Amino acid sequence: MAGVKELAEGVGRAHPEPLNKSPEQVDVEMEKRKERIEQEIHTNKKRSGSLEIENNYTPVTYDDQYILMVNALKKYFPIKGGMVTKTIGWVKAVDGVTFNLRRGTTMGLVGESGCGKTTTGRAILRLGGEKSGGQVLFNGQEIYDLSPKEMRALRTKMQIIFQDPFSSLSPRLPVGEIIGEAVREHNLVPKSEFNDYIDKVMDDCGLQPFHKDRYPHEFSGGQRQRICIARALALNPEFVVCDEPVSALDVSIQAQIINLLKELQQKRSLTYLFISHDLSVVEHISDVVGVMYLGNLVEYGSTADIFRNPLHPYTKALFSAIPIPDPKAKMNRIVLEGSIPSPANPPSGCKFHTRCAQCMERCKVEAPKQIEVEKDHYVVCHLYDK
Amino acid sequence: MAKKKAEGYLSAKESRRISKQNRKITNELEKKRKRKNVPESEYLTTMHDPNNSVEFDNLHTYFFTDSGTVKSVDGVTFEVPIGKTVGVVGESGCGKSVTSLSLMQLLQRPQGQIVEGEIRLNLGDKAYDVAKMPYEKLQDLRGNFVSMIFQEPMTALNPVFRIGDQLEEVLELHNKDMSKEKMKARTIELLEMVGIANSEGVYKMFPHELSGGMRQRVVIAMALACRPKVIIADEPTTALDVTIQAQVLDLLRNLKDKINSSIMFITHDLGVIAEMADYVVVMYAGRIVEKGTAEEIFDNPAHPYTIGLMASKPVVGKQVDHLYSIPGKVPNPINMPNYCYFKDRCEMCVGRCDGAYPEEVSISPTHKVSCYRYYADAEKGGNA
Repeated sequence: MAGVKELAEGVGRAHPEPLNKSPEQVDVEMEKRKERIEQEIHTNKKRSGSLEIENNYTPVTYDDQYILMVNALKKYFPIKGGMVTKTIGWVKAVDGVTFNLRRGTTMGLVGESGCGKTTTGRAILRLGGEKSGGQVLFNGQEIYDLSPKEMRALRTKMQIIFQDPFSSLSPRLPVGEIIGEAVREHNLVPKSEFNDYIDKVMDDCGLQPFHKDRYPHEFSGGQRQRICIARALALNPEFVVCDEPVSALDVSIQAQIINLLKELQQKRSLTYLFISHDLSVVEHISDVVGVMYLGNLVEYGSTADIFRNPLHPYTKALFSAIPIPDPKAKMNRIVLEGSIPSPANPPSGCKFHTRCAQCMERCKVEAPKQIEVEKDHYVVCHLYDK
Repeated sequence: MAKKKAEGYLSAKESRRISKQNRKITNELEKKRKRKNVPESEYLTTMHDPNNSVEFDNLHTYFFTDSGTVKSVDGVTFEVPIGKTVGVVGESGCGKSVTSLSLMQLLQRPQGQIVEGEIRLNLGDKAYDVAKMPYEKLQDLRGNFVSMIFQEPMTALNPVFRIGDQLEEVLELHNKDMSKEKMKARTIELLEMVGIANSEGVYKMFPHELSGGMRQRVVIAMALACRPKVIIADEPTTALDVTIQAQVLDLLRNLKDKINSSIMFITHDLGVIAEMADYVVVMYAGRIVEKGTAEEIFDNPAHPYTIGLMASKPVVGKQVDHLYSIPGKVPNPINMPNYCYFKDRCEMCVGRCDGAYPEEVSISPTHKVSCYRYYADAEKGGNA
């Protein structure tokens, strides 16, 4: 009871301790407090850079040999925090990615996990909200300017194959419905031809017509990935993002799926953006390769150029880490120390300088620009800046 | 078109009959293993070769499921020599992991049982047959003589305990009289050994505060805590990036030399095997199809399955237009054929392939293969 009494007495008072400070003292304290708050705000800003997203790029003009032109694309995710939930920083998942993709070719996107490969793929398809900056031109059309209705129509032209065939198929729908749902939704074929059309798509992807009534759980991993491919191709797209389509599969099944993807590309003249961390698969399937590190494309060029003559120190380290199936192969491996820094607080200057063996003073302060070393072989590194 | 009855269809009655039968078998086996105060002589054995640290001899591990008996490991024989690395390769579901779990005795009980064969474990001055040991004695072996590095570092670590506590638990179990201070010193030493720079800090951290590579290092430190004779690495780098994978492989190689233990390395990545292993064992559908030294397997693969596996993996620097893919799929593990398991997918069949499952044939003293294509050569040489 005594505690309650004390509490009750305290209720009426605005200040628990008696106010015996002189007005000057209060002023000084207020001043100090103000300073402290200002300082906090300042350091907070410093930590996350300025909260304003810089968005200065030179717009590109459409060139019709490219199906996709990505220019300085940025995708930031807000970090929420503070007393009133507000944005206190950004995770810079994709921080200025620029590349062009020719019709009917495959671009491989490689990098460690957490470097923004998947986010790039999704941002290109306008999946998951607005971009933070830059341009994405699909057939010369900025896709982020489209109205929802126009975007819906465009969805048939650009599709995605997800990484995990076990979690990307609805367990409650039969396979025929999974593949046909979008076709019906977009009214691509008349009702009378619908069944034949689905059969044809399934046949193309190596599935039997009687699989139509089965459910995903009745299939093996390789077969499920075929269903995912069939679902993407049923809409007759021009451009497909393949987000690690073979990572979850066994070696022998991997080969089947890679062969299928290549076959379909020739048959339907598809353009692929092939995201993978398996470099040998990327080398096999791609015409052009982009290497990503912490939200940036550090090197970009034709597969032959990149694999024979890697220029960026990160690319070199990445390639030297590939295990070679030959016990006699000599290994002069460049082992990278540590792991990838946080994209919420990336290092200043060149983002790779914390792990780079050839780091110079300049790398720590100045961010390098994209340099064309040979024809169509770009690198972002001060070592090649002459 | 009439709907085809699904393959492997079972009526409820049939299923009940099978599960009743299974219970009978497993109960009997469990009873035998659960006995208390079993004399040591019952599971004491001698190594066939004292230079081996583990010998798997005709191991059969079956799973008694409600839809039939799955012969996950069906007559596997191979050795792990002291101080060497043995790589086990194969597709998922071929029995790689079950073989290693049989050694650790971590099979899903009571369905999973070793029904035949021996696993001889060299303890230095004596040898035990792990397949016959009572369950109560196994705890002394796990962690102490045999330990395991799991595939996914996130699921192998407990998210609600600090790294230090989890590592100390292993030490505490096997060294009852170790003091608290000594234990902490040893834990920090272990963390430093696996290349964690900020070992004092990591000691107090929770698993979620570490990156994938760091977590795998902690799991490795945990496996090495009691200086085991045999380390089973079950796909330790599958969940990691290539650059982190390179770090972890480097670390494992150096540590193995430091504490002079053997590694049983399970993976489906042939590149990793080539880099790590001295000996290679190729498994298919619960049986070993080929084994030999790493050079023999990679330079001169003999079994059509090994050849197919190697051809189906794209290799950096080698350009091919069309990847080879092995046709067909792995046979149903419940109804295995009585001829060579690979025959239906094999493109190099000879007349004799219709016969029983082929016995092992020696191509060289260390290189053995189960395939009829080499019978003629072996018979000519007179060492079949």
